[in-house]
Amino acid sequence: MTTTDSPLTSVRRPTEYVASTLNAKAPVGPIEKKWEKHKFDMKLVNPANKRKYTVIMVGTGLAGAAAAATMAELGYNVQAFCYQDSPRRAHSIAAQGGINAAKNYQNDGDSVYRLFYDTIKGGDFRAREANVYRLAEVSVNIIDQCVAQGVPFAREYAGYLDNRSFGGAQVSRTFYARGQTGQQLLLGAYQALSRQIGLGKVQMFPRTEMLDLVIIDGRARGIVTRNMVTGKIESHIADAVVIASGGYSNVFYLSTNAKGCNTTAIWRAHRRGAFFANPCYTQIHPTCIPVSGDHQSKLTLMSESLRNDGRVWVPKKAGDSRPPHQIPDSERDYFLERKYPSYGNLAPRDISSRSAKQVCDEGRGVGPGGLGVYLDLGDAIKRLGADTVKERYGNLFDMYERITGENPYEVPFRIYPAVHYTMGGLWVDYNLMSTIPGLFVAGEANFSDHGANRLGASALMQGLADGYFVLPYTIGDYLARGGLAKADTTHPAFKEVESEIAGQVNKFMSINGKRTVDDFHRELGKLMWADCGMARNDAGLRKALQRIPELRAEFWENVRVPGSADDLNQSLEKAGRVADFMELAELMCRDALHRTESCGGHFREESQTPEGEALRDDENFAYVAAWEWNGAGQGQNLHREALNYESVQLATRSYK
Amino acid sequence: MNLTLHVWRQKNPTASGNMATYKATNISPDMSFLEMLDVVNEGLITAGQEPIAFDHDCREGICGACGVVINGIAHGPQRATTACQLHMRTFKDGDEITIEPWRSQAFPILKDLIVDRGAFDRIIQAGGFISASTGSAPDGNALLIAKDYADRAMDAAQCIGCGACVAACPNASAMLFTAAKISHLGLLPQGQPERHRRVVRMVEQMEEEGFGGCTNIGECSAACPKEIKLDVIAMLNRDLLTASLKGVK
Repeated sequence: MTTTDSPLTSVRRPTEYVASTLNAKAPVGPIEKKWEKHKFDMKLVNPANKRKYTVIMVGTGLAGAAAAATMAELGYNVQAFCYQDSPRRAHSIAAQGGINAAKNYQNDGDSVYRLFYDTIKGGDFRAREANVYRLAEVSVNIIDQCVAQGVPFAREYAGYLDNRSFGGAQVSRTFYARGQTGQQLLLGAYQALSRQIGLGKVQMFPRTEMLDLVIIDGRARGIVTRNMVTGKIESHIADAVVIASGGYSNVFYLSTNAKGCNTTAIWRAHRRGAFFANPCYTQIHPTCIPVSGDHQSKLTLMSESLRNDGRVWVPKKAGDSRPPHQIPDSERDYFLERKYPSYGNLAPRDISSRSAKQVCDEGRGVGPGGLGVYLDLGDAIKRLGADTVKERYGNLFDMYERITGENPYEVPFRIYPAVHYTMGGLWVDYNLMSTIPGLFVAGEANFSDHGANRLGASALMQGLADGYFVLPYTIGDYLARGGLAKADTTHPAFKEVESEIAGQVNKFMSINGKRTVDDFHRELGKLMWADCGMARNDAGLRKALQRIPELRAEFWENVRVPGSADDLNQSLEKAGRVADFMELAELMCRDALHRTESCGGHFREESQTPEGEALRDDENFAYVAAWEWNGAGQGQNLHREALNYESVQLATRSYK
Repeated sequence: MNLTLHVWRQKNPTASGNMATYKATNISPDMSFLEMLDVVNEGLITAGQEPIAFDHDCREGICGACGVVINGIAHGPQRATTACQLHMRTFKDGDEITIEPWRSQAFPILKDLIVDRGAFDRIIQAGGFISASTGSAPDGNALLIAKDYADRAMDAAQCIGCGACVAACPNASAMLFTAAKISHLGLLPQGQPERHRRVVRMVEQMEEEGFGGCTNIGECSAACPKEIKLDVIAMLNRDLLTASLKGVK
């Protein structure tokens, strides 16, 4: 741990770069005209020809379901895959707080440009301008589309759409459906998808996991999957493949992600040639329920919308173990309000999380183990009345009580940061196409829009923007350019991948070691949280880089996968995912080690201001780090995409 | 705490199953019910046995993946709570707990506690949507929706599709699930054009899937983790009657 009054000079070590070949293909011209111009420049597929093309969609969360439905509405054939038993269960469903849109319904000064600027700034100036502007631009269409589908957004008495504020913004632009916005948006997309399944335009494969990508003549042409009920390994061919499989927070074992969320689809694509961008950018969400014991299987997030009306505090004195109501106001430290007077409790996620860690490191944390801070809605209950608070957050209060056994109407919530979202992902260009032609990546699975830190209520916006309004255009352009050879699943490329996958499955079944998959996963997670978590440093990352390959080697020799491969086998499913997490973990540490600056969710202890704030190094790191797979055990090559800011000025991110 | 579990084990859809007994030892009251099963499973794997298969994903009560019958009650004894959110402090040391899958002809068992709920998806595919293709929507505020209607629609829309209503119903009826969607969309102005077609198609599909009929017992609503109220079924019946009077097919 470094002290805050003497920041170490950043330890810069040379990294080998490959001459950059990355072309983001962002259109030239004024930022507000780029997307419009690009839409006009793109080639179109004749309506009668659309039915001749098939697109594979891996994942049916907001991005995947929205893209599958929209592509099918346009006339394409779609094959959609999800590991859950129904597309309605994708983890987008758990998003609570809301979705941003630059509608300016509140007349409080919002605009497309302001949403764009807030998102770029929130991402600590590490996102691609053109993509973010497009995101802000289509945000308004998303709300309209969702209303038309019947998403029951919160309304005012007069019938108008209601808004709330969210972290990192000074305008009220977040649309919401109680504390279940993700659920309602996902059900909207799921219903649109279901309509197309009913019409026969989408063929749906639930309980089917993508295990690899198939490339023919340098283009993504299909996937190999495992049927999770029968164990059958199967090939699927298409003209383009979309991966919208979500993020990789579960590399930490404990995260707010669903238990099944995994990196396999994007990791296997990475191993087939797709560059992996900014893997170290992970978001630690400030308002989660603290860990209660070693049995903990996942962490539960409480929407940060609670910070609208809640005040975050710890006792001023270290080791103060009085119950919260016995600590007078004068002996409480409302540390976010103190440190960031203008944003206060609505400071962005990375800043709020780190501040909570700091006060806990100082011994002022609350609850068992001292890893927690209070989120207190006492003032709001006095000011607004319990009924209003209940209407706004009732389901969150109930959830908290079920999990902790404490009633938050009487005692303040205890919260602690937890891994929540990964900004990194497969590198994509402006068209959301990866470095493999024909492989598109959408939603959290790509790296594109959030830079080094995502603002609240922006993930839902990005998933739906990609799915409803970007991919349907850019995939059409790709297909219209033609050049795809005729092929089917008897092609040797499919057979080769199928036999590799079958080999891996057999390997898992034959190791017959002593440790369970979860046991390995938990160890990997602890290691990552300790050395590649909320704060990172050179020594810790190097230690992790030494330990991860050892753990991986042990995994392949000592894991135990019971049961049969030709059957529903949850241990086997997990083993494949953990094997990929083990490789990804190493890349995350390498990326974190090479980026000696602090930015957004990536905090290098060596790079901080005297006040302990993140210190960016624009001179050396204003780029996207995109890593190229070189083969197992070979390390990755680093490619850089320079981030050129034409419309905004690079500035120190201040929320004071 | 230490518990005795009686769990339904079934190798695959065609095998015949049986109840098996396991000990769950050193269980913390702060564990969720599924975390307790995780602990039992780790022990089974280490002892060279197959773990108990059960569906689960988000573990925060919203995805609807989990669901088992605990001591005869769908999702267990705590009201408005999914199995993943049920915590062991609800039980006492020494308790015997019976754990079974959802039982319904329309939800075939795949393995142990996992059932196939594809029938629910097919009911939605038959008509549980508003046909609004991407791109055609007017401004979100062009359509004013009174708050009480939006709120009632939201009450119905909260359904997580877990299937507890079917498991709790003595007839294994899917009325609460189907009616929740009918009400969610039927209460909104956007849902009006397809309102009667929707109810006819969804009910047809529901019957085709082999769910039983509704006799207004109300077990479904009592078991529903989202507390969806029985009045959605009244709305379905009213819409269905109107549709038949209008001759909608």
